[in-house]
Amino acid sequence: MSAASAQLNSSPTTTDAATEALPTAEQHGIKEHSDGRFGYVPVQTRSDRFKSVNVTDFAAVTGREAVWKLSPVKKFADLTAGVLDGSVYPIHASDVAGVSVDWVDRADPRIGSAGAPEERASANAWSSFEKALAITISGEEAKEVTVTRAGLGSGARGAHTIIEARPFSRAILILENTGEARLTENVEIILGEAANLTVVSLQEWGDTAVHLTNHFATIGRDARLKHVVVTLGGSIVRVNPSVQLAGIGSDTELFGLYFADADQHLEQQVFVNHIAPNTRSRVTYKGALQGKGARTVWIGDVLIGREAAGTDSYEQNRNLVLTEGTRADSIPNLEIETGDITGAGHASATGRFDDEQLFYLQSRGITEDEARRLVVRGFLSEIVQQIGSPLLEERLQAAVEAELTATKDN
Amino acid sequence: MSVLEIKDLHVSVETDQGTKQILHGVNLTINEGEIHAIMGPNGSGKSTLAYTIAGHPKYTVDSGSILLDGEEVTTMTVDQRARAGLFLAMQYPVEIPGVTVTNFLRTAKTAIDGSAPPIRTWIKDVRESMKQLRMDKSFAERNVNEGFSGGEKKRNEILQLELLKPKFAVLDETDSGLDVDALKIVSEGVNRAKENTGLGLLLITHYTRILRYIKPDFVHVFVDGRIAEQGGPELADRLEDEGYDRFLTESNVG
Ligand SMILES: Nc1ncnc2c1ncn2[C@@H]1O[C@H](COP(=O)(O)OP(=O)(O)OP(=O)(O)O)[C@@H](O)[C@H]1O
Ligand SMILES: [Mg+2]
Repeated sequence: MSAASAQLNSSPTTTDAATEALPTAEQHGIKEHSDGRFGYVPVQTRSDRFKSVNVTDFAAVTGREAVWKLSPVKKFADLTAGVLDGSVYPIHASDVAGVSVDWVDRADPRIGSAGAPEERASANAWSSFEKALAITISGEEAKEVTVTRAGLGSGARGAHTIIEARPFSRAILILENTGEARLTENVEIILGEAANLTVVSLQEWGDTAVHLTNHFATIGRDARLKHVVVTLGGSIVRVNPSVQLAGIGSDTELFGLYFADADQHLEQQVFVNHIAPNTRSRVTYKGALQGKGARTVWIGDVLIGREAAGTDSYEQNRNLVLTEGTRADSIPNLEIETGDITGAGHASATGRFDDEQLFYLQSRGITEDEARRLVVRGFLSEIVQQIGSPLLEERLQAAVEAELTATKDN
Repeated sequence: MSVLEIKDLHVSVETDQGTKQILHGVNLTINEGEIHAIMGPNGSGKSTLAYTIAGHPKYTVDSGSILLDGEEVTTMTVDQRARAGLFLAMQYPVEIPGVTVTNFLRTAKTAIDGSAPPIRTWIKDVRESMKQLRMDKSFAERNVNEGFSGGEKKRNEILQLELLKPKFAVLDETDSGLDVDALKIVSEGVNRAKENTGLGLLLITHYTRILRYIKPDFVHVFVDGRIAEQGGPELADRLEDEGYDRFLTESNVG
């Protein structure tokens, strides 16, 4: 790769199951799109986007902005333009040695160290929170901690969370979200040197919940972040992880699993910024869509900066369409500013589960319900297996099953 | 003694141009342990017959019946038919994303038997069958038919035939797209399955070459949606020499 600045902007794939022609005698399983086509598209470098912690620095949201153009912005104007309740809310955290969970005030020096808002809902939250929830992890022994939010209520809220993994610390942190919410928030994840942290953000919200969240992570030298986003419940859920590989030899794996059923909007905009040399990233997001109006958006931006020699990067998104009337957008972008990289690639594919597949499975004695479950379970389990917590893996498999049973009639 | 009876079967399909009648009264009886070959030109309705037996939703049975040991099959769902003992090796096997061959086979076996197979013997059986079909071990962990070559897909069909042990199997052009070596391997698999379980076979083919390896008891010539002539294995040889012209002319006139 010799270009000093190459923009690999693959053509976005949108699969609109309602309008697609179907079926043919042979295959209609997977539409593969892997890159190799190097389109030079003059877009703004991802890291140059305007940032501000101040909500008034952002114009009113129209829905035409790059960050909003695939989101139903009218349905959450309260979060982008309204006054937010920034007060502390009830949480439940398991008591684990080496993990402290406290509310800290806005002067905490960690606030703002991992990132800053790039859009208005994020800035609105930043301007509004009274105290930040700080989860601080220390100690080299392996540990698992769960922080649960269940009672956020139906009023518009803004929140801020700091997750700090001190140097050499190690943990699995599970952020659980259930119940009702209208929430915009920012989560900062700070990994000290050689820290090893897994963050699992689990969105199992109630049916009407709206949740917009930005996860800003900065990874220190030789540190490793595994970040897992699992979104099953909620009306509109938008989780945008943004990871800065700032330390030499830092490493991140970003996984996502989403299951959209009728009228759910599940979105994720992932950004990996390779800043330091010898950094590695893997992004794997998988989603299933089932039911009329099920909608998913995945945008994956990877930027390999001028100093990031020896970068090794790969991102992929796969969607499985189970019924008609759904829409999956999948847009990978790769931007490379150095000629000296180890590897960079991306892939995006949207496959459909259709009548022919159903017939094939049924012709082997498998019932229709079981056939669907088989396909979805198989497809999503690749992500579940990455989590590294047997209990949580089991729970998620069960949650996926429940999702299938609950929505099969849509 | 099992028996599959097809009686005066009329089948149509919905097309963009309206309803199209494809099968015009098919009569056929297959006893356990018998091999029937159906030969006929392109578009004569062979696959339609196969799909109709398996219960593909696109095909409508207008009249007639299919009986498996006296039980009406046409009112059963696709999966019920499979559990009753019917199997279709498809002309174009379908790719199933996200489901490994191992997982698929175990799920199908469990569904058909009504309980999970004993793990030890099952794994052994799967390995053994794969080996005999010259399927590399790596296929077990691949998604069903995904990226398989034409020949590999056909082997995978016969693998299922061997493991699921149906009473009757319809093989729809299992021979097409196979080179000589693969044809032998696949034929051996079919013969093994028959020896082990005594299943009855309906072998749909264009060409006589597979009949060198799988010996039919009866040969039926299928033209224009019905059986135009039937006989013993010698009929296949005659078709090889003469082609279908004789029948086509008749059907065009009639
Ligand atoms: N789903 C369908 N929609 C429209 N027409 C169909 C459909 N299935 C079958 N047909 C038509 O019915 C006729 C019989 O088709 P069928 O596939 O059963 O033939 P076949 O004997 O298996 O042919 P081949 O030797 O090419 O496999 C053909 O004219 C075909 O175009
Ligand atoms: Mg055919």
